[in-house]
Amino acid sequence: MACINPDGTLSVVAHRVLSALTRPLAPEALAQEAGVPLYRVRGTLRETGAAGLIEQVEGGYLLTDKGREVLELAEVEA
Amino acid sequence: MTDPSTAAPAAPRLGAPAPDFEAETTHGRLRLSDFLGSYVILFSHPADFTPVCTTEFLAFAEIAPQLKQRGVELIGLSIDSVYAHIAWVKNIKEKFGVDIPFPVIADLNKEVATRYGMMMPGESKTETSRCVFIIDDKGMLRAMIYYPLTTGRNMLEILRVIDALKTTDQHGVGTPANWQPGDPVIMPAPRTVEDADARKGQKLDYVDWYFAKKKL
Repeated sequence: MACINPDGTLSVVAHRVLSALTRPLAPEALAQEAGVPLYRVRGTLRETGAAGLIEQVEGGYLLTDKGREVLELAEVEA
Repeated sequence: MTDPSTAAPAAPRLGAPAPDFEAETTHGRLRLSDFLGSYVILFSHPADFTPVCTTEFLAFAEIAPQLKQRGVELIGLSIDSVYAHIAWVKNIKEKFGVDIPFPVIADLNKEVATRYGMMMPGESKTETSRCVFIIDDKGMLRAMIYYPLTTGRNMLEILRVIDALKTTDQHGVGTPANWQPGDPVIMPAPRTVEDADARKGQKLDYVDWYFAKKKL
């Protein structure tokens, strides 16, 4: 998976997209918030969804507990 | 007689949905359907680290902002690995000072190239020719351009075709030979006798019932 490195850390763009998910956002709004093209947001949501890091909720997508853990880990290591 | 199980798939057709695919790119794994809502220019080049292809990448990068303004995304493709693509775009940045802002498909198993008819065995059995597929915001294939290995493509023509298609989308008109934005457009020919008779009285640049233009 290009969004998630073999060691479980997030790619640069995946980190940017997931960091923007502080509230439920639809892909179009997430693209604006994260400053990432919509096509890339869609690809990232697909891969991180398959990895259990995000879930679809009313109004868009949100981080799962696992997603929050991975994001916090990335911030600690930065 | 050709064995149907080994025959190449039919080439994509204008006016039909562009074949969807999922592929590894320099921007991660992407599907064509990820681009719905935008026009897409899917283009192939023979090989990374070759001179004509490099001029084309520089040229596509130069028009990328104009394409973005028009709601058009670019996707490149060649039968090279994603590592070769990454090394090449970094080399282009180092040698020419140009960022390549669009994803490039690493089509090592030739899956997308085959589905889109990008291989021309008379030119090369291992490299795609220079193909351009213009796909609209609903995923329909609207135009195709095929150039040989030796000849770099013309960005002004690609921009012109995009503008022509969007003008057709917006106004339901055709565009004549050598049309440029701002030029008169072609009125679709009437399809009934009564409409053909009525054409002369309309406020158009009229030559005959089947041939009339107007300024938008």
